[in-house]
Amino acid sequence: MLEKTLEMLAYDFMRNAFAASAIVAVLAGVVGFFLVLREQTFAGHALSHVSFAGATGAVLMGIPPFAGIIVLATLVGIGMGMLGEKLRQRDVAIGVVLAFSLGLGMLFLHFYTHFATQATTLLFGNVLGIDRTTIGTLAALAFVSLAAMGFIARPLLFASLHPELAEARAVPVKFVSVSFLVLVALAVAEATQIVGMLLVFALMVAPPAAAQLLSARFWRGLLLSVILAWLDAWGGIALAYITDWPSSFWITALGTCAYLAAFIMRGNMRTHHAA
Amino acid sequence: MSNVIVCSDLTLGFGPRVVLAGVNLAVAEGEFIGVLGPNGSGKTTLMRAILGLLPPRSGSILVFGKPPPRGNPAIGYLPQLRSRLAGLSLTGRDFIAAAYGGHRFGLPLFGRAAEAAVDRALALVGAEDLAARPLAALSGGEQQRLLLAQALLGRPRLLLLDEPLISLDPPHQAAVVALVRRLQKELGFTVLFSAHELNPLLHAIDRVLYLGGGHAALGTVDEVITPAVLSRLYRTEIEVIRTHGHIFVMAGGHEVEHEAHRHAIGHSDA
Repeated sequence: MLEKTLEMLAYDFMRNAFAASAIVAVLAGVVGFFLVLREQTFAGHALSHVSFAGATGAVLMGIPPFAGIIVLATLVGIGMGMLGEKLRQRDVAIGVVLAFSLGLGMLFLHFYTHFATQATTLLFGNVLGIDRTTIGTLAALAFVSLAAMGFIARPLLFASLHPELAEARAVPVKFVSVSFLVLVALAVAEATQIVGMLLVFALMVAPPAAAQLLSARFWRGLLLSVILAWLDAWGGIALAYITDWPSSFWITALGTCAYLAAFIMRGNMRTHHAA
Repeated sequence: MSNVIVCSDLTLGFGPRVVLAGVNLAVAEGEFIGVLGPNGSGKTTLMRAILGLLPPRSGSILVFGKPPPRGNPAIGYLPQLRSRLAGLSLTGRDFIAAAYGGHRFGLPLFGRAAEAAVDRALALVGAEDLAARPLAALSGGEQQRLLLAQALLGRPRLLLLDEPLISLDPPHQAAVVALVRRLQKELGFTVLFSAHELNPLLHAIDRVLYLGGGHAALGTVDEVITPAVLSRLYRTEIEVIRTHGHIFVMAGGHEVEHEAHRHAIGHSDA
């Protein structure tokens, strides 16, 4: 076991993969916790699809795909936030944006025919291909995002739990919701580097959802969410090394297992409580 | 005794709709006011104006002698619409604590001051035990008590309770009314308590504010719950039947409050 671990860590690309995925897991665990709490996971899902158009469009224009993802996802995040909390058609609007983004991504791919390998990377991620420069970018972006999360966390929690009272208490509900979706966009952009845009849910939704099943306290749940996302990412990469299967598969598998286990454990806790 | 709320020729509305027009009223400190009226008569609209969320179309509204600022800490509020409550897996304690200083930026650290404020509010409504459980696992009446505790955070001098009895059965309705009345006597704040039916409130309220047809009537139950006043508010012939300590407001052989209540389920009031 130890031997295998040492052997694994001897590779530069493995060390990079562990570092990058730890950074992203912390951000995804924090942002995802609020995303699940606010029942906005569909918006998160749509933003990950938007990043497909962002990345392919960026490549066409000759700029780095990561920059394209950040710009487009942030803009769409602002747009979604402006739609407001209570708009009945919101999910429909988000769904339409989601479909159109994938369509646009397809069109960009059509124009840039040598893109097939990169397309797979975008869709399913390639954590083993991350270099040191990317780690630096990921760390800087995560630091800024977490600082911003820390700044808005208090009004965001209030507005998430009781929007009607928050409005009456002069919480800038709109500002907080729009800012939050921008942070979701940045977290999605980071997560796509690890698991790809199709599997962002594995890191941003499964661990926080499991955490919220396991703890009814805010801080305990948030901490658990980060820990689960981190374990999920590292476990996935280690299993990928051992089995030679894709790491994205293992990360989604572990995320799903964590969610299922939490679901079952919570069921047991309930039965005990009733008895 | 000073006035907490004074409306002078107040007109309120949103979009093309005028909800209340030319309302004049004064609520004195320490009064328990029952706010009644059919759906859309402006109960929530009036509360939103008192909270400073809806500026007057014309006329004026003064709360504690001033035009109300948004986010007035002297006002405790229990909104009718509680969109997020049902599915929340967080504990009642964290739910209440989130409102403490929730308008300030930074981390929701729930420090010692917050814990003490939450403890006090929970003790007031007798919900210390409930607060440890997830909100989703509580009954409607239990959630209502926690919401009341949340409204009491920060020691408000005016409490606006918007339809706190909705979807509660009669014993729980009576318990909520008795609890609010007891706290109001102990702590001396002013209460505006809106409801669809007068009877659960009948023995708790000092005066009744009846809204309808864009107008308002404020006075004692004997002054306001009369065929003359209510016929003007409902713009139809109203009968008032008093029996066994209950009052029934009837229009054309139907009980209007009962009808209003039935229609209200699952809808928000204007």
